[in-house]
Amino acid sequence: MAILTYRDALNEALAEEMERDPSVFLMGEEVAVYQGAYKVSKGLLDRFGEDRVVDTPITELGFAGLGVGAAMTGTRPVIEFMTFNFALLAIDQIVNSAAKMLYMSGGQIPIPMVFRGPGGAALQLGAQHSQAFESWYANIPGLKVVMPATPADAKGLLKSSIRDNNPVIFIEGEMLYNMKGEVPEGEHLVPLGVADIKRPGNDVTLVSHSKTVAVALKAAEQLSADGIDAEVIDLRTIRPLDIDALTASVKKTNRCVVVEEGWNFCGVGAQVVDDLQRTAFDYLDAPILRVTGADVPMPYNKQLEKASKPSPDRIIDAVKRVSYQD
Amino acid sequence: MTNPNKNVVDSARGDEYRDWLKQMTLIRRFEEAAGEAYAIGHIGGFCHLYVGQEAVAVGSNAALKEGDVIMCSYREHGHALVRGVSARAVMAELFGKATGCSAGKGGSMHMFDTTKGMLGGHGIVAGQIPLATGAAFSFKYNKTDNVAVSYFGEAAVNNGAFHEALNMAALWNLPVVFICENNRYGMGTALERSHAVWNIHERSCSYDMESEIADGMDVLDTNRVMSKAVERARKDGIPTLIEARTYRFMGHSMSDPIHGHYRTKEEVESQKERDPLITFANQLKDAGLLTDEDIKQIEASVAEEVADALTFAEESDIPDASALFTDVYAD
Repeated sequence: MAILTYRDALNEALAEEMERDPSVFLMGEEVAVYQGAYKVSKGLLDRFGEDRVVDTPITELGFAGLGVGAAMTGTRPVIEFMTFNFALLAIDQIVNSAAKMLYMSGGQIPIPMVFRGPGGAALQLGAQHSQAFESWYANIPGLKVVMPATPADAKGLLKSSIRDNNPVIFIEGEMLYNMKGEVPEGEHLVPLGVADIKRPGNDVTLVSHSKTVAVALKAAEQLSADGIDAEVIDLRTIRPLDIDALTASVKKTNRCVVVEEGWNFCGVGAQVVDDLQRTAFDYLDAPILRVTGADVPMPYNKQLEKASKPSPDRIIDAVKRVSYQD
Repeated sequence: MTNPNKNVVDSARGDEYRDWLKQMTLIRRFEEAAGEAYAIGHIGGFCHLYVGQEAVAVGSNAALKEGDVIMCSYREHGHALVRGVSARAVMAELFGKATGCSAGKGGSMHMFDTTKGMLGGHGIVAGQIPLATGAAFSFKYNKTDNVAVSYFGEAAVNNGAFHEALNMAALWNLPVVFICENNRYGMGTALERSHAVWNIHERSCSYDMESEIADGMDVLDTNRVMSKAVERARKDGIPTLIEARTYRFMGHSMSDPIHGHYRTKEEVESQKERDPLITFANQLKDAGLLTDEDIKQIEASVAEEVADALTFAEESDIPDASALFTDVYAD
């Protein structure tokens, strides 16, 4: 199997899907001539031409809406946001047009499109360029929300998202683009709505997604030295949420810690906990704890920034507490 | 407004003109009936009537062909009717019935019929402008000769979505026509109180885009201007901004008074002297293309169609309870 970066895995997915289906086009800021702000679209302009790889002005609301209109009339747009921080300007078109068109047209108009780009915090980018918005989108019926944590999942999930007949919010990890891993060649599809056990274990379930998968795995490694065998689940898709996989894991481990980079209040973890307290009530030996980003705008200072993010130490601390070992 | 071409009645087009008058009459009587049905609680929510503006929808639609699409604001009952969505389906949608053109899930502001190129009713001011631009992108991408049209009120041109869409349409030569139905008021705020530049068509200058003024109370003039714009879009992929100057005779929505703090009764009455139905009927009569008998027949036929639509809407079933959860996601 080829070893690819997360970035190149996404690139491969885009290229394969554009090759497979001429109705797929890529549009966004700097995607064509510049080859992508994060080089995800490298080489695509040469390969597919300027009709299918389209540089836009800095006009997020406009090109998001244009994408929805194009999806309404026979194409499958992939709209790239340079980062999801800028997608806030487009959120009216994402929520009011893309998510609701099928419903308010009485089932006549599906919106087969992908909004993709990096999300979450990078390093020292400050408050406006470091935030996790997956819980916003996951709140909206009509949207799917997908967040790959590995190169293989990045490829397989993006291919599935492009083929999906619904608007998919595909949030890439800004700090994951250089991550390397084995990626199956050719037709590698990861279904939406299916979580993945990234590390099996018996003592506690760590629920994570995107960048926090690696953080949870690191915590699990350290915990094993203390004799605690953690199971790490990667949600992969936030909506639809694979509650069956979470329930099965918690029934086995009886303890759970939910990790996310986003803010605590109304976060993804709040939904996970709400579901689990119903589906696994009798199996829980401790209240579920959450490890989230600090409830503040992201500070610039390196040490403060580090303290705001979920870390292996904070996860280990939470695991000790749900295991009554603190 | 200097316009040497306006009011030219082509005597060879009598049948077509009489059909336009019928469409305008249908919109007028349909909207009056909708207003009454709203007043007695058969229609809920917001309901924005198109009375006074009929010439814009009819005159512009007549320049389109099959496969063209329109994206409208929430004042779109008339546009749905002229696209060929049946009065039954539009009225049933207003009544929230399963037989409505959006299966009772859209309502007054969200009329859809893909088979007629009626791609909505959109409820956020200016939201439909990028959507129509996207449809035009699709048409160019797929190398069809179809045209997309966006209808919006004059208040929408102060919204970023308008400017972002016009910039891309001009930059990429997209086959789209932007029709601003300038009825002078964004809800209760007059044009002069909200626009730094009062000539809407001048907004096109920022994008080096073709623009035209149409007399939106004159169906012939609207059609003349729209025909040129559609041809430019279809043949050369050149977008146009049309400012159709019109007036609404009713309140902003059914919840609003016809006149009040923001405009006087006298103003509304004086605008009614420009009633597009009467103007057009007189133009046709003067040209010998219409008789009083023709008008009677049109009114009788429209009355029957509207009465039938009301009966159909009243008698139709509401959506099945299971419809609540369908159409959220596509397979």
